[in-house]
Amino acid sequence: HAHLTPPKPGEERHVTFIDKDGSSHTFTVADGDNLLDIAQANDLEMEGACGGSCACSTCHVVVDSEAAYDVLPEPSDDENDMLDLAFGLTETSRLGCQVLMSKEVDGIVVRLPSMTRNLQKSDFEK
Amino acid sequence: AQFHRHASSRAYSSATQRPFRAAIIGSGPAGFYTAYRVMQRIESSVIDMYEHLPVPFGLVRYGVAPDHPEVKNCQDKFEEVADSARFNFIGNVDVGHQISLSALAPHYDAIVFAYGAAKDNKLDIPGEHLNGIYSAREFVGWYNGLPEFADLNPRLDNGEQAVVIGQGNVALDVARVLLTPPDQLRGTDMAENAIDTLSRSRIRSVKVVGRRGPMQASFTIKELRELLQLPSVSFTSIPPHLLPQDPARLPRQSKRLMQLLAKGSTNHVSSKNWDLDFLMSPTSFHPSPGNAEQLASVSFMKNEFRSGADPLDKSARVQALVPGDDIPASAAFRSVGYKSLPLPGMDHLGVSFDLGRGIIINDGLGRAIRESASDHEAFTAIRGVYCAGWVKRGPVGVIASTMQDAFATADSIVEDWNQGLLEDPSPNGARTGWEAVREAAEKAACRPVSWSEWRKIDQVEKERGQKSGKPREKLTSVKEMLEVLDG
Ligand SMILES: Cc1cc2nc3c(=O)[nH]c(=O)nc-3n(C[C@H](O)[C@H](O)[C@H](O)COP(=O)(O)OP(=O)(O)OC[C@H]3O[C@@H](n4cnc5c(N)ncnc54)[C@H](O)[C@@H]3O)c2cc1C
Ligand code: FES
Repeated sequence: HAHLTPPKPGEERHVTFIDKDGSSHTFTVADGDNLLDIAQANDLEMEGACGGSCACSTCHVVVDSEAAYDVLPEPSDDENDMLDLAFGLTETSRLGCQVLMSKEVDGIVVRLPSMTRNLQKSDFEK
Repeated sequence: AQFHRHASSRAYSSATQRPFRAAIIGSGPAGFYTAYRVMQRIESSVIDMYEHLPVPFGLVRYGVAPDHPEVKNCQDKFEEVADSARFNFIGNVDVGHQISLSALAPHYDAIVFAYGAAKDNKLDIPGEHLNGIYSAREFVGWYNGLPEFADLNPRLDNGEQAVVIGQGNVALDVARVLLTPPDQLRGTDMAENAIDTLSRSRIRSVKVVGRRGPMQASFTIKELRELLQLPSVSFTSIPPHLLPQDPARLPRQSKRLMQLLAKGSTNHVSSKNWDLDFLMSPTSFHPSPGNAEQLASVSFMKNEFRSGADPLDKSARVQALVPGDDIPASAAFRSVGYKSLPLPGMDHLGVSFDLGRGIIINDGLGRAIRESASDHEAFTAIRGVYCAGWVKRGPVGVIASTMQDAFATADSIVEDWNQGLLEDPSPNGARTGWEAVREAAEKAACRPVSWSEWRKIDQVEKERGQKSGKPREKLTSVKEMLEVLDG
């Protein structure tokens, strides 16, 4: 499990996760922390199967507003490549392990997409 | 702490107060992610995971390419699961062959089939038996040290051109391994004999051939980008008429892939080359005049899209047009899909297997169902029988999708248990799982391998690897693995 270093006084950043049940969780974190580490340190349901190496897409998050999305540094080609495989991709999707906290990102709100596809029997009958 | 998170809210089944005992067949990602989720959500659960090799992790260990170590990081989570006192690993036991399903089933509340896809599809065309033709599964198993294929010793020094038939990610893995400078593989956990063979390879050109067009190819962009970025390897550009004229209008995923295909590689000074050839189906393999046993060329048929089929449609169909070129090749790799087969004795549990799709017939959520469910009303789920992973969905999809799918199966199990649907009608107390099965295993002369024993094998592999600067040097035979344990 990730262990986060507490922020320096005066440099506290805030991030809010909205989980699948719709409940929100706000944490005070430090610059440089990534969203995967933050979620895991706080026992939120985010897998991070590849351990944050941008190789799996299981840390997919959806940034809650376009404005907040636009503030983030552009995703790299590698991140976009993995996002292409993310289930339930949206216009403001990012990989949690690639989003780092900073002064600009302070206050960001992200949603955790549902990790299980709600398959019905009919989806399997072709 | 992982497994107590939901303790208060979802502790015991409302219907039962006895512990929940499940057998999971297979220790790949599907098995482990199912175990993880069930253990998290049913506090009383005890999981026995059966694996036919002495070592765990399925295709994470024996499929995922050695130069993708980051993909294997999911093993950290699997180790966490296995470290729980509520988890037993029972390696070196082949369920269905060494232990029958009927000996196993009565001792569990639930059985989860997560045994993957251990066979592959053939082309069934003349000449397929020639030397120099390998299945991707054999080749991948060989470079990853899979005991079954450790002695494959493919001949890569007979000529300069190889053909890979199929255009999925496994095909691109094969191409990349053939073209990567061997020195770049030395620091990986690739089997040492494979690195030696690859460093003597004379192959300089790899043609990756697909039956349909670029929009129907099933590789993903990450794998393509990796190949395009290999040092001193060039890529023959794709004839523009084969690519969509206006990729910007495609959905995001196809758009990015088509744009990358159009861009190709910027590497022009190169000693090696690869290309993607579309709309071609192999029709026969031919030997060399000098050696009737050795592959020298592959004949292809040219295909066209069926009339009315849209080349931009991912499921567009093709038909044969005219005989095409003969492509010289001293090695060919068949990469047209993995395949699952039913386990002996499944039918006694009432499980139906769809041989065409290679899956256990299920409700889409992981419950095995009876085939007879033709009426649209309710299908009958087979009580306590589930499936996850490639044997549930078919042999496609990355670890992330296998995980999602395993979670869906786990959620079905939890739901059924909580609703009391898994209760034994005859009240003969708790099921005892492995404690009861062990006897049958001993009679069958099994040598079960526990998790702590796997850790010993793991340790030996890591130590062997250390000497040559690798993360591990795998033991490539079951005998060697057992010798670590039994001397
Ligand atoms: C060549 C290759 C490369 C891949 N590369 C990647 C990659 O880079 N990234 C990625 O995300 N995904 C990759 N994948 C996909 C990924 O490996 C699969 O999604 C995943 O492994 C499927 O999981 P599974 O548990 O269903 O099957 P498996 O991983 O195959 O596990 C099944 C397990 O069951 C065991 N078993 C079989 N029969 C029995 C029996 N009778 N009794 C007991 N045990 C049994 C097997 O030994 C095996 O350990 C790759 C796949 C292949 C084939
Ligand atoms: S944890 Fe795998 S991509 Fe972020």
